[in-house]
Amino acid sequence: MQIELQKRALPSSLMTWLSPALAITLTVLTGALMFGMLGFNPAQALYVYFIAPLLDSWSLQELVVKAAPLVLIGVGLSICYRSNNWNIGAEGQFTMGAILGSILPVVFYQWESPLTFPLMVALGALGGALFGAIPALLKNKFGANEILTSLMLTYVALLTLDYLVRGPWKNPEGFNFPESRLFSDAALAPSLIADSRMHIGALFAVIAVIAIFILFSRTLKGFEIRVLGATPRAGNFAGFSKERMILFAFMTSGALAGIAGIIEVAGPIGQLTPTISPGYGFTAIIVAFLGRLNPIGILFAGLLLALSYLGGEAAQIELGISEKTSKAFQGILLFYILACDTLIHYHVKFVSSKKKEAV
Amino acid sequence: MTNTPLLQAKSLTKKFGTLKANDSVDLVVQPGEIHALLGENGAGKSTLVKMLYGALQPTSGQIYWKGQEVHLADPAQARTLGVGMVFQHFSLFDSLNVVENIALALPKGTKIGPLAKRVEEVSHDYGLPLKADNLVADLSVGERQRIEIVRCLLQNPELIIMDEPTSVLTPQEADLLFQTLERLSKEGRSILYISHRLEEVQKMCDTATILRHGKLVEHCNPANETAASLARLMVGSSVKAVERSKPDVSAAPVRLKLQKLSLPPASPFAVPLSDISLSVKGGEVVAIAGVAGNGQSELFDALSGERDTPADAIIINEIESGHKGVTARRSLGAAFVPEERLGHAAVPDLPLSENVILTRHGSDKPLKSGLFLQRNHAGELGIRISEAFDVRKGAPDPNAGSLSGGNLQKFVVGREIDRGPTLLVVSQPTWGVDAGAAALIRQALLDLARQGAAVVVISQDLDEIFEIADRIAVINKGELSKAEPVEDMSLEKIGLLMGGVHGAEPETIPASKGQEAYNAD
Repeated sequence: MQIELQKRALPSSLMTWLSPALAITLTVLTGALMFGMLGFNPAQALYVYFIAPLLDSWSLQELVVKAAPLVLIGVGLSICYRSNNWNIGAEGQFTMGAILGSILPVVFYQWESPLTFPLMVALGALGGALFGAIPALLKNKFGANEILTSLMLTYVALLTLDYLVRGPWKNPEGFNFPESRLFSDAALAPSLIADSRMHIGALFAVIAVIAIFILFSRTLKGFEIRVLGATPRAGNFAGFSKERMILFAFMTSGALAGIAGIIEVAGPIGQLTPTISPGYGFTAIIVAFLGRLNPIGILFAGLLLALSYLGGEAAQIELGISEKTSKAFQGILLFYILACDTLIHYHVKFVSSKKKEAV
Repeated sequence: MTNTPLLQAKSLTKKFGTLKANDSVDLVVQPGEIHALLGENGAGKSTLVKMLYGALQPTSGQIYWKGQEVHLADPAQARTLGVGMVFQHFSLFDSLNVVENIALALPKGTKIGPLAKRVEEVSHDYGLPLKADNLVADLSVGERQRIEIVRCLLQNPELIIMDEPTSVLTPQEADLLFQTLERLSKEGRSILYISHRLEEVQKMCDTATILRHGKLVEHCNPANETAASLARLMVGSSVKAVERSKPDVSAAPVRLKLQKLSLPPASPFAVPLSDISLSVKGGEVVAIAGVAGNGQSELFDALSGERDTPADAIIINEIESGHKGVTARRSLGAAFVPEERLGHAAVPDLPLSENVILTRHGSDKPLKSGLFLQRNHAGELGIRISEAFDVRKGAPDPNAGSLSGGNLQKFVVGREIDRGPTLLVVSQPTWGVDAGAAALIRQALLDLARQGAAVVVISQDLDEIFEIADRIAVINKGELSKAEPVEDMSLEKIGLLMGGVHGAEPETIPASKGQEAYNAD
């Protein structure tokens, strides 16, 4: 008995959407196994992890708060990945957006105006876009591999943030803690519902989903992204510039990551701290692929991955399981998506070894 | 015939999903005969020979080798029996030499030294002279084909399958190949010869099997048929001859002018273009002949603007365009159809309507308003093109990749002609296209020219060139010969230009490699 992968004549469109479902199922099963081996009742652990957070309104709001940055970054990354640009540095662009946007509330903290927050968002977008432009320019000028450069630049951004909050931007009234000033009210992200943590980021995420959906389906630019990603030679023949597309994809996804970054610090956190993200920029890569690089799909994938963060926190509180399990879950999920995506182009065939000999 | 056939296939059927690529095909190959396998593209010739070579397994039916039923699991087994195959597309490594390339196909542990000697012996014996230590990158296409043939002969096959071997050769190289084939057949080896060139089949082959839509149409003796009757059997109906009139271009404007166009090679094995000059007027068709790989694709890329050149090297409709991009050149009235249909002229995974947008987004104003695409208009254009050029499709707006080669070619040519360009540059317009579609495309190119457009056809198909060209130039190693009126050109003259003999009188031509081989034989 032998298992063979045979190439399909055409990619299966059914499998394109079934593959994420299959991957999620396998992830949950593997999770059950993992909890079992750790000595927990798998059913109870999975309940705490994936079901309980959906049952009260506080957690549901928290789900939206965590999904917003994932979706914002994820739709941006979908532009990169569809155009065949491998931006792995969204975490860095997120951080740079947060840093640049925070200039107003940290350096010019006395200036409070209704314009403060909108300007912060614009600066955040600029920071992310400019930081995203670096790997794009390196790729265009020198053919440098964008996977490596964008990933390495992430650490540059994280260390820059670390330096700022421990050095020049440290809060003078902060008892020497490595934190910036608390943002003034004008600099905080407005709440969507009074007295809740649900802030305007969720709205930004929904707008981004709609905008990118229209970009892909209705505009020449979206057409250009798809053509250059799928068949660069035909894209060149169509008169589309690969170099300009690289810059466009990196700067747009950088801007969206930057917006997510500044909203994260102006919303749930309220100041700059050495760690402002639980790895949103990396998790968003999983979100983008789980959502099939389709903005609507990414919206749902973002909610699911946000649940894995919430579940991790809940499991730590209720069962005393390390919250690192959320990272494990995300890794397992990505692994299964990539494995299951093989089924889009191949189907599995069981060949009995007897038959093979007989031929 | 009373003797046992070398190879016999009985009601071979091969299904791909619901499609029957071969439907109960019978075939008998006698020892020592040259057997032609004729059919349009998509008729199932390749599927049939792949089953005979063990590369595909039949869905049903039997194969007999010298009267014994055999099951061919893979090509290695077929080779052991004595079946060899020379593919149309060579599988050679440019950076290795001749003998190294041959050794790659042989069992592990073959010693290079003795093999080199044998390669030279065998190649010399059959009039296919090869030097064992020549780098493949430096060889012509004809010489590369010799490597494939010698590689096949080293296994001492009794049946040699050849897939369109002359499509890449100059007329002189083809003649040389025919001598080799005759010699092989005299030795008692059989040859199964796939072709769509009817003249050479009539000249060479003892019997012919004709396929159409996967079914056997007829076994016949080509000598008893005419080219027209063979074509009718292949296509199923008679093919309309192209109608042409002689153009008067004396007062017509120059639509395309090339002035000393040079282009460095893009990669170590690419061909540089050197000092190409050409002037094409509205109303005429100028053909650029040449053996594949002599700079045709480089020339196309330079003309279309996919590669940058000095501004004054390319002048389109009296405007210096060497620096302009593809879209800007299209806006000047130029249109381009590259050789590669899928992945260059069209995106396989996009529907036809979006493939209309691909080349016409810049020149057709109604295709977009502001940032947004007008998909309805693109859909209408797709339908208009499909109707005008008889593009047959299974769905209203199918993906380009799902069309057959001929239908997609009609679409990509139609997409450009539909625009009414004043200059059309088209590369291999009917490559791999069935006779009916080819006639339609050639007529459309001629009609476009007669309406006042300049048409440049880059082609390897000399029959096609003589059918539609008003003037012919030949490209060889990146140099272009002077474009001369078709009346002044002969097959022989073109053949010599293809081999790089510019402006020499036939009697002063130095002995070419081909002639040396001929004498040595």
